[in-house]
Amino acid sequence: MDNILEVKNLTMDFGGLRALNNVSLHIQRGEIVALIGPNGAGKTTLFNCLTGIYKPTAGDILLYPPDGKAKKISGLKINIITELGVARTFQNIRLFGGMTVLENVMIGRHTRSKSSILGAIFRPPATRSEEKTIIDKSYSILEYMGLAPLVNELANNLPYGAQRRLEIARALATDPHLLLLDEPAAGMNPQETNELDALIAQLRTDYNLSILLIEHDMKLVMNLAQNISVLDYGEEIACGTPQEIRRNPAVIKAYLGEEADAEVS
Amino acid sequence: MKYACELKRSIYIALWFILLTFPIMVVKVNTIENVIVWRWINIAGIGVGAFVLSFFWQLYLRKKMTSQQTAPEKVSILNRLIENQKIYRLALFIAGIFALIFPFVFSHYQVNIMTTALIYVMLGLGLNIEVGLAGLLDLGYVAFYAVGAYSYALLNYHFGLGFWTLLPVSALLAAFFGILVGFPVLRLRGDYLAIVTLAFAEILRLVLENWNDFSFGPSGISNIPRPGFFGMNLTLEQSAIYMYFLLIALCGLTIFVTYRLQHSRIGRAWVALREDELACQATGIDKTKAKLTAFALGAMWAGIAGVLFAAKTTFINPASFTFMESAMILSIVVLGGMGSIPGIILAALAIILLPEYLRVFSDYRMILFGAALIIMMIFRPGGLMADRRKQYEFHRSDIINKS
Repeated sequence: MDNILEVKNLTMDFGGLRALNNVSLHIQRGEIVALIGPNGAGKTTLFNCLTGIYKPTAGDILLYPPDGKAKKISGLKINIITELGVARTFQNIRLFGGMTVLENVMIGRHTRSKSSILGAIFRPPATRSEEKTIIDKSYSILEYMGLAPLVNELANNLPYGAQRRLEIARALATDPHLLLLDEPAAGMNPQETNELDALIAQLRTDYNLSILLIEHDMKLVMNLAQNISVLDYGEEIACGTPQEIRRNPAVIKAYLGEEADAEVS
Repeated sequence: MKYACELKRSIYIALWFILLTFPIMVVKVNTIENVIVWRWINIAGIGVGAFVLSFFWQLYLRKKMTSQQTAPEKVSILNRLIENQKIYRLALFIAGIFALIFPFVFSHYQVNIMTTALIYVMLGLGLNIEVGLAGLLDLGYVAFYAVGAYSYALLNYHFGLGFWTLLPVSALLAAFFGILVGFPVLRLRGDYLAIVTLAFAEILRLVLENWNDFSFGPSGISNIPRPGFFGMNLTLEQSAIYMYFLLIALCGLTIFVTYRLQHSRIGRAWVALREDELACQATGIDKTKAKLTAFALGAMWAGIAGVLFAAKTTFINPASFTFMESAMILSIVVLGGMGSIPGIILAALAIILLPEYLRVFSDYRMILFGAALIIMMIFRPGGLMADRRKQYEFHRSDIINKS
């Protein structure tokens, strides 16, 4: 198995509250995995553990970068994990509102560039060419995401859908091989969701990504994901292909309650 | 009637002011003859004055409301001027000429206050790195200023080292102190950070005030040498002019360096840190490193300004480094516009020079000064010249860059 990420028996406690209980998950290279579950199931907590925002109470997270050997990333600092090639977006959009669209993406290039304080002051040719590469690369990502006409707008002034796309653009700028999307379709209308659907599929091939996404829009999830993992009250209650999940009684129970016998559509 | 609402409100405001100012404006107790004088005429003046002012104020507000609905984004005149390359160059040229001939045209006194104002330009630009760019609200900035001044004074006193040796040494010491303060406050932000930095500055000031063996206590250190000029003996007036040009040069350096830093990879990281700490880390910026560099580089300029201050006044004591100074420098940054270098230069000159030139109004000088600040913040909440993001030039590319 060509795993890119492996989560082993992950547990996360907040005081007396167990937000994640013995969760295991694995993502294969080039695969899109969806993480679903009712509100408060611990999906975002799992994301925060993966990206270093929380230090898990127990369990391991292993990352297998394309070039190099396995690395345990649980407990590492947030920016180190980003540097190792894991990028994410946030459920409630977190852009740098006072900066322009282009600058937002340029920030993403930070880990992939290295000019120092002295470089900034004296601006030797190396720094200048690095700066130019940052700008050009950021611009090409924005072009790819269809945000090119908005490059010099402040991020705060963008319409909602564009802000969502800008967050993905910023994540892409860090050269990830694993992209974590936290509810990318939240607040989007059906047409925008369809566009997003196509975009995510396209992203995976164009940028050689593996993608883990949290989403409530079942149509999007069923379309995109090869594998679905279902969380409820911090426990993984099911895992499998969309077809299997659709018919899984435990999942239907979690979503629709005790006596429901309908299919999750 | 068209203005009925404004008129009614103005009448209420006038009545309210009459009530408020009644005890001080009307009642006057004459303690010599033991009588109370009722000055009813004053109340009429206050009533009419308050009414007229409030009426015009409300008209203004109304106009502003309607104009805001039509024009969503308004760029200030100052910003528009500065973005016009021709006018900008011309203004820069005139300012340069003025700065050069200033000490030869104006009196010794004028040169001295201008030198003080230039020290504050430097302090403002230094604090701008911390507050304006990185968003680290530092209320104890004066501590770094004190470190600079005291390290020059003490190292000179004990080891007889000269100004030019101690300028970089003190700058490094201040930067080191900045990192020292930065470490424990890494997890704090906003108001918590403000209080801790304030406490640090007070601790330092109290240490300087009470540790007689080390810092000579409240009596301070005197006879600090002025900077040397190729071993020549300068008269008081000449050395003031020399000091002035030294500060012009060092301010130029400060502006250059802070500008370059602001528009670099590091400057962008600072602004990202200010905008959203978590997103900034998730985008791969090392929060610790960014915060500590901001503290160190901000403190470094305060250290340099401290050395210049000590050399200029030739005497320092802890009374020069009170919280009032920190507040002053912070108000320069806020008034000028966070992150805006030309704004901060203007604000520093205004804040330091205005009280001097308002001396004509003698007793009312600080009132006028305060009123000017309040009015400024009402009309220009973004500062004299709010910072505008740089528009980068980019080149179209048809290749999709793949990782």
